[in-house]
Amino acid sequence: MVKEVMTSNKAVAEAVRLAKPQVIPVYPITPQTTISEYLAQYVADEKIDAKYVKVESEHSAISAAVGASGAGVRVFTATSSQGLMLMHEILYAAAGMRTPFVLADANRAISAPLNIWNDQQDSIAQKDAGWLQIYVEDAQEALDTTLMAYKVSENPDILLPSMVCLDGFILTHTVEPVEIPDQESVDAFLPPYVPEHAYLDPKDPMSIGNFADPEYYMEARHDMDVAMNNALDVIQKTCDEFAEIFGRQYGLVEGYKTEDAEIIYVAMGSLCSSIRVIVDELRAKGEKVGLLKIRSYRPFPVDAINEVVKNCSKLAVVDKNFAIGMGGALFGDMKLKIDKEIYGFITGLGGRDITPEALNEIYEITKNGPENDVTWIGLKEE
Amino acid sequence: MVNIGCVIKTPGNTKNNKTGSWRTFKPILDKESCIDCDNCILFCPDSCINKQHDIDYDYCKGCGICAYECPSDSIEMIQEESD
Repeated sequence: MVKEVMTSNKAVAEAVRLAKPQVIPVYPITPQTTISEYLAQYVADEKIDAKYVKVESEHSAISAAVGASGAGVRVFTATSSQGLMLMHEILYAAAGMRTPFVLADANRAISAPLNIWNDQQDSIAQKDAGWLQIYVEDAQEALDTTLMAYKVSENPDILLPSMVCLDGFILTHTVEPVEIPDQESVDAFLPPYVPEHAYLDPKDPMSIGNFADPEYYMEARHDMDVAMNNALDVIQKTCDEFAEIFGRQYGLVEGYKTEDAEIIYVAMGSLCSSIRVIVDELRAKGEKVGLLKIRSYRPFPVDAINEVVKNCSKLAVVDKNFAIGMGGALFGDMKLKIDKEIYGFITGLGGRDITPEALNEIYEITKNGPENDVTWIGLKEE
Repeated sequence: MVNIGCVIKTPGNTKNNKTGSWRTFKPILDKESCIDCDNCILFCPDSCINKQHDIDYDYCKGCGICAYECPSDSIEMIQEESD
């Protein structure tokens, strides 16, 4: 095993190299750009035997990805923010055509106002597209999750694309030590993609991306719901298999000091690292507090969440996204599916720092009983 | 019923899609008054009328072009009754 210091973008690129995709259509956008640069270099240096497709927009990048995946090969693409917005139409097509490729999204705020900094509004805006969405906390998890995403997406019971979501700049442009698995172990974990439902083969001709009239459309959409629910089990099993080979255990969710916690923070992505520190500090003061980290946002792991939160009394959901007029998306989903006293907090939009003071404030407000179900934290008042 | 991702492996299966179910008005052709001009055959956008002037109701969508183009008023459009 080799350990190197690298950004999460480099970690994703390393995972892609190890996964051996045959087609990589990608268009650069901050803060994803270095992923596309590393991959272009790997292809040029023949470290990846892939066709690197230079396209004129993200809409074309993902269209090429769907076409290549439909031709029956493993495909990777990456984007961020406005790029994901431009992909919107084809994200739904990719899921509906059941093309199981992987997209890395470097989470970044959405215009307007124009902002290149981190929040999670871009991928959250695509939560209903039929893609699996996994939010990662650090560079190692970015690498490991990218590898696991292929195995889950390509499972015949799933056949839905996966989005690996990593926080822009906080992860994409900071360095950490990352263990790079060897190719032999990755090959054993992730064999070549064998397409079953859609591929170009003159001996077995088929038409994909077809028209479905009212007689067929609902069943096609329902099939996707079944596949998404199947993914809960497949993700967990894939995490377990990954742990056996590589020694790092992941799951649908992770509970941190939740066993006897009365109040539990709920968050996704790199913010979980900050909250772990605050949980430790509050614990040192005698507070019974914990963290529920949601890795798998789609599928939404209701049973796994209930298992972690069963003993607590209140949940403080920390969202780095906002549905105007409603609250955070994770807050909304928790309210819909989890039967607990739940409060929502809006933080860190457009790269606003989420300070220890802000996280402590969330705890205090939750403990004392918030005035409103959704509270903005760190908002400047004139 | 539907393949994964609506993939179609049987070429030509569009014929299984009986578009006649879309019809609101049904053309009824009176062969007695028909002058055999074949206008209806030529103008039908779905090729649903054969040389014997039989109408294929599996695919006729009831557009009424045949009735409009018929010089002998031999085609009447009558409202479909609900099943």
